[in-house]
Amino acid sequence: MMRSNFVKAYGDALNDGAVQLSFTLPLSPGGMAKEAARHLAEKMGLDQPEVVHMVEAGTGFSFFIVYGFCRHQVDTSQLQATEVEIQEMSFNEINQYIQERIGRRLNVVAACTGTDAHTVGIDAIMNMKGYKGEYGLERYSWINAWNMGSQVPNTRLVAEAKKTQADALLVSQVVTQRDVHISNLSQLTELLEAEGMRQNVLLIVGGPRISHQLALELGYDAGFGPGTTPRQVASYIAREIYRRQQG
Amino acid sequence: MKLNLDQAVINRCRQAAGHIAGDVDQFIRQRTTVSLERAVLRLMGINDAMDDVPVANLFVETIQAGQGLGRGAAYWLANGCYQLKLTADEVAQRVVSGQLDLFQLPQADRATLNPTLEKLMQPTIEKIKDQHRFRKDKLSNLGMGPEPLLYVIVATGDIYQDVDQAVAAVAQGADIVAVIRTTGQSLLDYVPHGSTREGFGGTYATQENFRIMREALDEAGDKAGRYVMLVNYSSGLCMPEIAVLGALERLDMMLNDALYGILFRDINMQRTLIDQHFSRQIIGFAGAIINTGEDNYLTTADAVEEAHTVTASQFINEQLALLAGLEDRQIGLGHAFEIDPSMTDGLLLEIAQAQMARQLFPRAPLKYMPPTKHMTGDIFQGHLQNGLFNLTSVLTGQGVHLLGMVTEAIHTPYVQDRLLALQNARYVMNNARNLGEELSIRDDGKISARARDVLEKAAQMLETVAEIGLFAALERGMFADIERSRDGGKGLDGVVMKDVDYCNPFQELLTQQAGSSGGGNDEK
Repeated sequence: MMRSNFVKAYGDALNDGAVQLSFTLPLSPGGMAKEAARHLAEKMGLDQPEVVHMVEAGTGFSFFIVYGFCRHQVDTSQLQATEVEIQEMSFNEINQYIQERIGRRLNVVAACTGTDAHTVGIDAIMNMKGYKGEYGLERYSWINAWNMGSQVPNTRLVAEAKKTQADALLVSQVVTQRDVHISNLSQLTELLEAEGMRQNVLLIVGGPRISHQLALELGYDAGFGPGTTPRQVASYIAREIYRRQQG
Repeated sequence: MKLNLDQAVINRCRQAAGHIAGDVDQFIRQRTTVSLERAVLRLMGINDAMDDVPVANLFVETIQAGQGLGRGAAYWLANGCYQLKLTADEVAQRVVSGQLDLFQLPQADRATLNPTLEKLMQPTIEKIKDQHRFRKDKLSNLGMGPEPLLYVIVATGDIYQDVDQAVAAVAQGADIVAVIRTTGQSLLDYVPHGSTREGFGGTYATQENFRIMREALDEAGDKAGRYVMLVNYSSGLCMPEIAVLGALERLDMMLNDALYGILFRDINMQRTLIDQHFSRQIIGFAGAIINTGEDNYLTTADAVEEAHTVTASQFINEQLALLAGLEDRQIGLGHAFEIDPSMTDGLLLEIAQAQMARQLFPRAPLKYMPPTKHMTGDIFQGHLQNGLFNLTSVLTGQGVHLLGMVTEAIHTPYVQDRLLALQNARYVMNNARNLGEELSIRDDGKISARARDVLEKAAQMLETVAEIGLFAALERGMFADIERSRDGGKGLDGVVMKDVDYCNPFQELLTQQAGSSGGGNDEK
């Protein structure tokens, strides 16, 4: 049994619980709106909530900035942080790793699936030029990379995976309004299962609202959030495929 | 504040771009598309739907199946009306329900049909002219806010919620409201019908949704004492049809850029360049403004290394627009503030690019786009990035200023995101309103050097493209680092050669008008 380790939000003294938040209420600004905001903050678990700013946000709406001291604490010894564990390698190391340990080029197919047309994320990971000074997967000599672009139906992605004998599939989901990404992502795993391909590919999803935890829940092997670099993804793919080969 | 740009290099750019646009024009003049023909039908009043499928689509499919599209949908519709003494709606209904085979009718010659065609065109022409006049009157009575005009987006998916949010934004100072389309609409080969309350990442562009939002913005604008512009997308596979619907419902700006569709939506280049020309003719006639999408190149390509591709594309878009009869004041060329914020002196490069665009296209309502690529979940940092963007915009006198949202990388904007964006812009632009008039740019400094460098590279790129042609340039991935083939992408099967007796009275009228006004080339 691990020792409990309680933490509270920190403002300028340990365990003061200080937090800031901002939100809008569908009320015109005034005494009543302010009181409503204060009460709402209280219900969120804030002691001494203080509405430090209230302004009209269009007819019938008010925007608030509120400070308060959050009563709640969490015990980190009871939590499990789910992040993809990556031992990062450099661009050259990754190529060398694949060459020496796996001995053939890895096939990676990427797509923005469903109705999603936002390719910024997948392009950052895949494009030759890469992102933040890091080359994308297309630049790796030991990776064959296909970027299928935006709005790719899951069925087409699966067909492409079959055709290219993909080792890994990268799915990007940027637009997540009304949780459209959840059903879309689930559909892909179902399709892969139905085709009997699920076990043969490393299934990876990325996007601003994607966590590793969510990815696992949806039956994916890994989930990458914002700020992920091509090198992290490539390191993960190379090591994981090697690990699986070793059994 | 002025950059000392070399006029000889600017002339090289315009000359090469003119050559490129001329080549494209030769190609597109010989062809039409299913969407262009559907737009013609809509201009002739065929705007109904049958079981949610637009009658214009069904009609065009029938003609295409009978190999008659090369003659123009207008011909078949007018001939039907003439031979059977029926209205356009009656003919269309009979055709799409299978009661009437147009190919079995006697075929009158063009001269005989001219009075019928005239009659079919007139109501729409008059309606568009009325809308144009209405806008002109409103603008002269109410005017607009000071430039840069503040442009916000709404994207709830529900047109009625969009209205609430748009009206709130107008109350906070927005001059322009764009209703973002639902994800994927650009790839639909028909325009949905009626008002809609479901969408993802945006709201369906339909004629009824246009009308609802137009009415709300007119009301909000009257209250605020200024004219508020409405924007939507004349792009994707239904580009010309949406231009028609926008003209009918008095949209003031249309995002309209074939290159964007080719690169970022993988739409076939032949199809969309043909569509673009007719859309621009309609938008021009309606007195609206186009917005082009060069800014998007920098979301995939590097903003420092590839800045010249934006400038080059602006020149091409300008020349294509002039050929379609748009005037300079209707050509809202796009660019963006997308340089990596961690770069030393990145702001200097942004100022160089924005000021250069201002001087290269002095009368164009330049559309300046906020940072998106380098926005993160750190909304506080994002607020500052937007502040620098706002400063650059007011300093360099941009025309249309798209407000940056702090939650750009997180979700479609909440009502408070728009509020914060408007506050930020109002503060910075008011506080630095006339800064540009007080400063001068040193000739031997970094800003000048950068502008010269980008302009020279743009000239070289344009000269290369002029040599190989725009299609080949796109195939080589010269824009946005994306390669597209001339026979690839979506929608090629909707392209057909025009017959010698092709009939499109609107295109004839609009081409004639553009010719007589002499375009508006601005070379000085």
